[in-house]
Amino acid sequence: MPLSPDDVAHVAMLARLGLSEEERHRIGLQLDVILEHISALERADISDIPETAQVGNLVNVWRDDEPAPSLSQQEALVNAPDTDGEYFKVGAIQE
Amino acid sequence: MSCAGATAAEMAASLRAGQTTPRQLLDHARAQLSRLDGRLNAFLAHTDDLADRQCERAAGMLADDPAGAGPLCGIPIALKDVLCLAGYPTTAGSRILEDFRPPYTATAVQRLLDAGAVPVGKTNCDEFAMGSSTENSAFGAVGNPWDVERVPGGSSGGSAAAVASGMVPISYGTDTGGSIRQPAALTGVVGFKPTYGRVSRYGLIAFASSLDQIGPFAQTVEDAAVAYVAVAGHDPRDSTSVPDPVDDPVSALQLGVDGIRLGIPREYMGAGLEPGVRDRVSEAIAVLEGLGASIEEVSLPSTDLGLSTYYIIAPAECSSNLARYDGVRFGRRVERPSLTETLLRTRGEGFGPEVERRVMLGTYALSSGYYDAYYRRAQKVRTLIAREFDSVFERVDALVCPTSPKVAFTMGTIQDPLEMYLNDALTIPVNLAGLPGISLPCGLSRELPVGLQVIAPRLRDARVFQVARAYEQATQWHALRAPMVASA
Repeated sequence: MPLSPDDVAHVAMLARLGLSEEERHRIGLQLDVILEHISALERADISDIPETAQVGNLVNVWRDDEPAPSLSQQEALVNAPDTDGEYFKVGAIQE
Repeated sequence: MSCAGATAAEMAASLRAGQTTPRQLLDHARAQLSRLDGRLNAFLAHTDDLADRQCERAAGMLADDPAGAGPLCGIPIALKDVLCLAGYPTTAGSRILEDFRPPYTATAVQRLLDAGAVPVGKTNCDEFAMGSSTENSAFGAVGNPWDVERVPGGSSGGSAAAVASGMVPISYGTDTGGSIRQPAALTGVVGFKPTYGRVSRYGLIAFASSLDQIGPFAQTVEDAAVAYVAVAGHDPRDSTSVPDPVDDPVSALQLGVDGIRLGIPREYMGAGLEPGVRDRVSEAIAVLEGLGASIEEVSLPSTDLGLSTYYIIAPAECSSNLARYDGVRFGRRVERPSLTETLLRTRGEGFGPEVERRVMLGTYALSSGYYDAYYRRAQKVRTLIAREFDSVFERVDALVCPTSPKVAFTMGTIQDPLEMYLNDALTIPVNLAGLPGISLPCGLSRELPVGLQVIAPRLRDARVFQVARAYEQATQWHALRAPMVASA
């Protein structure tokens, strides 16, 4: 089933992607083609097949909870678009 | 010695014989780079002062202990621009990271610096490593050294072109669905994707975390083995890093293939292959048989589901990983009155079309009501694909097949996203199953390079090099260079 313009706008908002109407239209058509191809997965017999999230066979990799050196505050702030010298600055979250 | 196109092994021998110095090798690399990169656009940044410092360091290491200095000491290398290098631009080919200078260095890169390697610069790539042609870089496409009107493959196209054009003997890329092996095939060099977890991803800008793996490009299988060993091994900073000891690919190079059982997956030789690719790969299989390998046709029935599985899992992981680009802690910010508007504009203007497409696809596949139909189902089919490899590897030691269904195509000729994705149909299943795979040159079709892919079981990385080296020794294809390498 093709994606409606509302579907595409909803997904763009979920992804916080500011797209123009033209971009949403183009991506919507492209996603329809890709999703049609992906629907091939419905043919696969996956009854009793477990999911694979990762292939490394590692389980619960922990380390001891001991403090270790990390980035300094200044290093962590060096790429920030805006700071007050000690913290990241962002616009107001509530109006 | 003539340096353009020399291998790292030749350079290392010359360094120890006193016939050259790290400085001279760097000067040659820079000369080749400045002669050719105006046409190729393989590099996004030159790391001149770092290269100079590493030259001094390497010269000191070689003077102190020529035998103890590792095989990459004094060797010029190039790094894909998704690998963090503290203090130097690391853009991932994206506008959103145009001014980003990471405060830390990737583990793989740190190991190379400690080994005395000399990084000449950061190489161009598809934005966030998403693409099969390197046309998705925000900083311009990369030319194929065999024909600059054609793509070098992707996403590690800059790293492939840097080796194929003789600028550096070794470079590093990343492979999430074929992004090392496919460009290696299209530019006529060797490209190796290790077993998932073999090389630390710490400091690698994430695309799809369950699939991404760092690996080398080189002109020979031997150089690729040495380049792999230099970065392989456990790293406590990457929780998916494999603790098992690294099997030795360098000593495996001499083992040959007499008595080795090689499987030819039927589904990889089917429709969609360019005739010249099919012919070259069939000839390569005959060469391996002549060397004593037994050849058996095998079947991986879910192969055609690989692409669909990948194009749910990789975009899902990408949409999650790329959520961090919010213009708050790093990267570009487009300021708007409200925070939501700031996020929308920052991301809308910062990401290019292919990244936007995949973020949209991944967000959709993970969204409420669709998760089971897409993401959970894809994870189950991923299990099927991995089990089919497991079962085939009970009968054969390694698989041999084409890397890419076709040779390098002309820039701008593939506009349909799905058609572009099909370029990776033969490399993607290897990532889904976490296996090691290599591409090496096996001849030409329409005067353009064809890649032969060798795949082995998980953690049997050395076997990939064993088979590849046996083939390489029996043929001369690895000695073919792109015409632009020699023409002064």
